[in-house]
Amino acid sequence: MIRHLLSGADLDADTATEILDTAAEMATVAGREIKKLPALRGRTVVNLFYEDSTRTRISFEAAAKRLSADVINFSAKGSSVTKGESLKDTALTLQAMGADAVVVRHPASGAPHRLANWVDGSVVNAGDGTHEHPTQALLDAYTMRARLGRLAGLSVAVVGDVLHSRVARSNVLLLSTLGAKVTLVGPPTLIPVDIAAALAPGTDVSYDLDSVLPNVDVVMMLRVQRERMNDSYFPSAREYARRYGLDGPRMRRLPEHAIVMHPGPMNRGMEITPEVADSPRSTIVEQVTNGVSVRMAVLYLLLGGNNR
Amino acid sequence: MTAYLIANVSVVGAAPTDLLIRDGVVAEVGPDLSASDATVVDGTGLVALPGLVDLHTHLREPGREDAETVESGSRAAALGGYTAVCAMANTSPVADTAGVVEQVWRLGREAGLVDVQPIGAVTVGLAGERLAELGAMADSAARVRIFSDDGHCVADPKLMRRALEYVKAFDGIIAQHAEEPRLTEGAQMHEGEVSTRLGLIGWPAVAEEAIIARDVLLAEHVGSRLHVCHVSTAGSVEVLRQAKARGVRVTAEVTPHHLLLTDERAQTYDPVFKVNPPLRTAADIAALRAALADGVIDVIATDHAPHAVEDKECEWAYARPGMLGLETALSIALDVLGPEWDLIAERMSRTPARIAGLTGHGVDPAPGVPANLTLIDPAARRTIEPAELASRSRNTPYARMTLPGRIVATFLRGEPTVLDGKAVK
Repeated sequence: MIRHLLSGADLDADTATEILDTAAEMATVAGREIKKLPALRGRTVVNLFYEDSTRTRISFEAAAKRLSADVINFSAKGSSVTKGESLKDTALTLQAMGADAVVVRHPASGAPHRLANWVDGSVVNAGDGTHEHPTQALLDAYTMRARLGRLAGLSVAVVGDVLHSRVARSNVLLLSTLGAKVTLVGPPTLIPVDIAAALAPGTDVSYDLDSVLPNVDVVMMLRVQRERMNDSYFPSAREYARRYGLDGPRMRRLPEHAIVMHPGPMNRGMEITPEVADSPRSTIVEQVTNGVSVRMAVLYLLLGGNNR
Repeated sequence: MTAYLIANVSVVGAAPTDLLIRDGVVAEVGPDLSASDATVVDGTGLVALPGLVDLHTHLREPGREDAETVESGSRAAALGGYTAVCAMANTSPVADTAGVVEQVWRLGREAGLVDVQPIGAVTVGLAGERLAELGAMADSAARVRIFSDDGHCVADPKLMRRALEYVKAFDGIIAQHAEEPRLTEGAQMHEGEVSTRLGLIGWPAVAEEAIIARDVLLAEHVGSRLHVCHVSTAGSVEVLRQAKARGVRVTAEVTPHHLLLTDERAQTYDPVFKVNPPLRTAADIAALRAALADGVIDVIATDHAPHAVEDKECEWAYARPGMLGLETALSIALDVLGPEWDLIAERMSRTPARIAGLTGHGVDPAPGVPANLTLIDPAARRTIEPAELASRSRNTPYARMTLPGRIVATFLRGEPTVLDGKAVK
């Protein structure tokens, strides 16, 4: 097993599949009366969050606690971080406290890579800047596999602000590794340069959502911040929604079996309408549930729970 | 003053001969010289070049003496084979008045290891809003001729035009940091495949090329001298090539790191590779090397940019841009250009001395010429160890790389600043 999970590129097909299979076993724990395994008893997992992200933090916290790990939440607010402590000094502090794993969320791309130089324990990237969010990609892949029965050969459209999306980067990497075909859809201003060469050859780009929808098994809508229009990425929220938002009529262009995903939090009325978000095709709530199982699997495997 | 007899040395790659240095000048050049009072330096296997001249050095004093001082930077320069460096204006306080440039100039004289020629800021506080007192700096003891807001672009076209025009009164030159600021907001590295993969905001090549294109037109319009700092893209080379073909009075420099390192270096997120302008692609490197050979790019300048450890040992986005350069530049030039000694002398000594107006520098050793020269062992190879550098900072991108060439000695007006590869003081 790998030591850190920093990028979707860290996972080959076998490792990714092992995580998804382990997550499926972990999911059975959630159905029990006592939702707890002793696998990581005596191990310490630190949630080091430099950005507010209640959803991701509580998902990791729940995962670690269900594995009986000791969990320390270290958030940038009200800590030495706000007094100007460097990432390195924070890392050395966590190291001195004996952290077996550090789950890090950080606004700067690559911060988890830097952290991994300074701690002995495992580092899990819980979202770094506009770079990656590999456990999100794993839970998305888990959700697709659970709903559609397979990943190889699936056609997946990832729609929206790809440029600023760590979810998109990790999904392109992981889905390509697992044999799915990804099409990135959005206005040209929000599609980063050379994306296929950068991440996975064979990744397609389209600026026309309507033409893509009839041919996909999965459509994944990315959160788009309204403030992007102030930087001229698009003229207005309304024009964005009209061209790239998923509403009822657009959803009906999808094949019968296709599912709609969103990593949350949603901007209802911007990239997705309530009719779509609340439809039976939507997996948005399942994604949250699956997130805990997948993060249990990641922590379990990284911390060598399977060798104990 | 001590006399030095450099025996059996190749002057700029020619057949070995002897050099006698006395009273600050080259007294004699020829075979089998002798002088009983002279200290003999064995030049066998060594190449003598006119002392190197750096058009682009950050010495950090005043303001960031924890990162570099005029003295420590001067020592690094001498060890790199330099006899003159042009000190950039982005100190704290900014070198935008006669008082600050005179202070830097005086500190350089006191250190006595290289000639430190201050560069003056173009605009007050580098803010890009109104001209600094360029004439006062030109008339000061520091006799400033190069003006630059380096670190910032003089982005306002009207202000740039005025600056170019104004300095004609004292044969000044504007050295532009070419970066359209609106196209590089938040930029962290070259915009391309690697920035996409790493999720770092891109610094597009066009942000440099657009400013150079504008500035060569402005320089042409007002008939002034323009110097372009740290050219980094293939497109910039083409803009310069066309401008020079039209006769525009433009010169350009390239840094050693832009001749050797690509944006792939960013993939570890180690900010030692963060620099502005950023490391570019292999195609850009090829174009820059070709331009250096054919003269579209006139000069190799280091952009030596020392930074304290805490400003580099952090997240990429929070790190300061810049790399050390003085102690490795000649080795990189040798690596990139090969033993083309005349070309190296042209790009690293003669031309930069001419652009900066530094008489007495950049002149090949010949009888009567000020003895500003450096001796290089081209056969030596050395592995760069950051802790062994004379700079106060450690941010070299070449750590543990093995590079060709070693500076054996440097003479400033006949006095050694470096002997046996070690600084004399």
